Amino acid sequence: MKENDVILRTVTRAVVFIILTFGVELFLSGHHNPGGGFVGGLVLSSALVLLYVVFDIETVHQGVPFDFRKIAAFGAVISLLSGTGAAVLGKPFLTQGFGYFDLPIFGLTELATVTIFEAGVALTVIGTVVTIILSISKDV
Amino acid sequence: MNNILVLPMLLPLLTGFVLFFLRPSVKAQKIVSLLSLLALVAIAGRILYRISDEGILRLDFGGWAPPFGILFVGDSFSALLVLTASVVSALIIAYSFTATERRMENMFFYPFAFFLVAGVNGSFLTGDMFNLFVCFEVMLLASYVLITLGGGKVRLAESMKYVAINVVASWFFLVALAFLYGTVGTLNMAHVSVRVAEAGQGPLLSAVAVVFLIVFALKAGLFLYFWLPGSYSSPPGPIAALFAALLTKVGVYAMFRTFTLMFYHDDFIMGTIIGTMAVVTIIAGCLGAVAYTDIRQIASYNVIIAVGFMVLGLAVFNEEAFKGSVFYLIHDMVIKGILFLIVGAMVYLTGKTKITEMSGLIRNYPVLGWLLFLTTLGLAGIPPLSGFIGKMYVGLGAVEGGNYFLLFIGFASSLIVLYSMLRIFMNCFWGETIINREDQRLYPARRLIPIAILGVLTIGIGVGAQALEPFVSDAARVMANPDLYIDAVLGEVES
Amino acid sequence: MEFHMIILVGILVTVAVYLLLSRNMIRIILGTAVLSHAVHLLLITMGGAGEGGVPLLRESDGPYADALPQALILTAIVISFATTAFLLVLAYRTYEESGSDNMNTIRRIDRE
Repeated sequence: MKENDVILRTVTRAVVFIILTFGVELFLSGHHNPGGGFVGGLVLSSALVLLYVVFDIETVHQGVPFDFRKIAAFGAVISLLSGTGAAVLGKPFLTQGFGYFDLPIFGLTELATVTIFEAGVALTVIGTVVTIILSISKDV
Repeated sequence: MNNILVLPMLLPLLTGFVLFFLRPSVKAQKIVSLLSLLALVAIAGRILYRISDEGILRLDFGGWAPPFGILFVGDSFSALLVLTASVVSALIIAYSFTATERRMENMFFYPFAFFLVAGVNGSFLTGDMFNLFVCFEVMLLASYVLITLGGGKVRLAESMKYVAINVVASWFFLVALAFLYGTVGTLNMAHVSVRVAEAGQGPLLSAVAVVFLIVFALKAGLFLYFWLPGSYSSPPGPIAALFAALLTKVGVYAMFRTFTLMFYHDDFIMGTIIGTMAVVTIIAGCLGAVAYTDIRQIASYNVIIAVGFMVLGLAVFNEEAFKGSVFYLIHDMVIKGILFLIVGAMVYLTGKTKITEMSGLIRNYPVLGWLLFLTTLGLAGIPPLSGFIGKMYVGLGAVEGGNYFLLFIGFASSLIVLYSMLRIFMNCFWGETIINREDQRLYPARRLIPIAILGVLTIGIGVGAQALEPFVSDAARVMANPDLYIDAVLGEVES
Repeated sequence: MEFHMIILVGILVTVAVYLLLSRNMIRIILGTAVLSHAVHLLLITMGGAGEGGVPLLRESDGPYADALPQALILTAIVISFATTAFLLVLAYRTYEESGSDNMNTIRRIDRE
């Protein structure tokens, strides 16, 4: 992409943030509405993939210096451990809990352990998708 | 609480992911792997003992009672197989500590080996058809990676076929699940069994049963075995040994579970179709084992014969035969592990694959030679080795059920197995040696230890069958009386 | 609804089988992708498509559609996603090693 990609680059700079915000919104709304870790993770990773497409891999790596394979593994570990927490407390594996807490800014908020599980799923999806894209595009 | 049931799947998964972070240090990877494998064996043993004390265990994930949630069910059959799979995979992975190239260790060999074990253990323990599909896929994805690891033209071409055939098989699995859910409205194995018994196994359910049979036959290499020799003979020793010891057995286990618990009403499917498939598999496997001169091919065809023999027990369909099949499954995991490790070692040591090209290895590697001889006897089912007990019980069952033809085929195959294995032994280990003392590649004792332990195990299972007997009879009892399983799963919820 | 879906599934399977039987590796991979979509549609049809409301509180007041097939499909989609991705990487590596994406050529490598 050496030619006239000024428009693409400029648009990408703005759009990436919109996609990232949308991804987070999808992830958080997944508790009661359509959405959740898998879809949120896919949207988030699509933002990263867009960056890789528009700018080259080295440039993006300077800004986002993560090993995505490790992110995927880390996410999976979080998901599995969130299920183990219940086992430690003597409940069946993967049992989730939730409660209502009065937080300073948000007011009465529902906090649920399932969000930890979903965060793990999202990280796994991001890591896997980016790893796949990178390993295919490595030396084209 | 029965949270221990999830550990045989959870622990390998966690270990696999942790190993991702330990990539720079191969030594740390080995230590963590070893500790985790030892823990796995201990957990599997503990589960088996708890089942013999408390009866069938069950774990409802997230506290969702069956038939609504996903669950793991541990009965003696699954616990025995989990224990055997854990022990055998521990020894094979311990073997690969010394036999795997550095390049492959850096390409995440150990994590994927652990994922494979996790998928296998999950498949044995799950009590839900869809969860069985998921565990199958975990196992298959890990096996896709393992079979391609390290690359090379031939391996990649073989793995393309392997992946394609398994994708199609998984597709059939989903089709069968869709029709099953559409017909009986549940996927919990025990609940399916209840509903099938209530509605009677009509033509529609029999069709679903046959689709399941096709799926598991493809995975197990029963009748639809054409993909197996190629894929099992291309990867290096330890990976081939993992595949041969674990993968086809999961297919066989799934077949037993499905057809003893859910679809046991149709005599035509049980006796005629499965019986014919088993007989054809045994005969075709024998032809292959005798015809080929490539030792890896001969070993692969021996896997096919063994699958046919185990399924004979299902076709005979009585408690005695189930007992034989369970014994034979345990024996086969161990013996196929040894066989493929030795074959892999022979290929590594000589650089050749055909029996016509090797000879006189016993002068260079005596211990390896005698271990192969032990394996030969074990495969043929000569007492007091482990294969004998399984064959004897299947035989007793066949006599009881009057299936003399199946009995004849099963026992005639033992002779062919013996012949095909002795061909390897006589050609490769007897005669003039082809390797000079000076060119001889070193085969360190560290590598022989895991093989030797497996060898001791096969003797132990044969001699100590008395100790295993209560667990195996319990497994066979549950298979012959599906109500025991159903009560354990649905008992408290029925009201 | 079910009737139309089943016919659509049939068409998709036809397309997929045609693609799977071709010699080109990319076509085979596309075939496996179409095949898995066909079975996902079949799953949702078997769960009773088009009956009942959205299975979410506050969105409708029952009767709800069966939510289980959707959970099954999500899982199946994730798995087929992983398999397709793996197949793509595998096909690319095979192409790099053997310089061909034709299954007939690749099969010949095997014989040698």
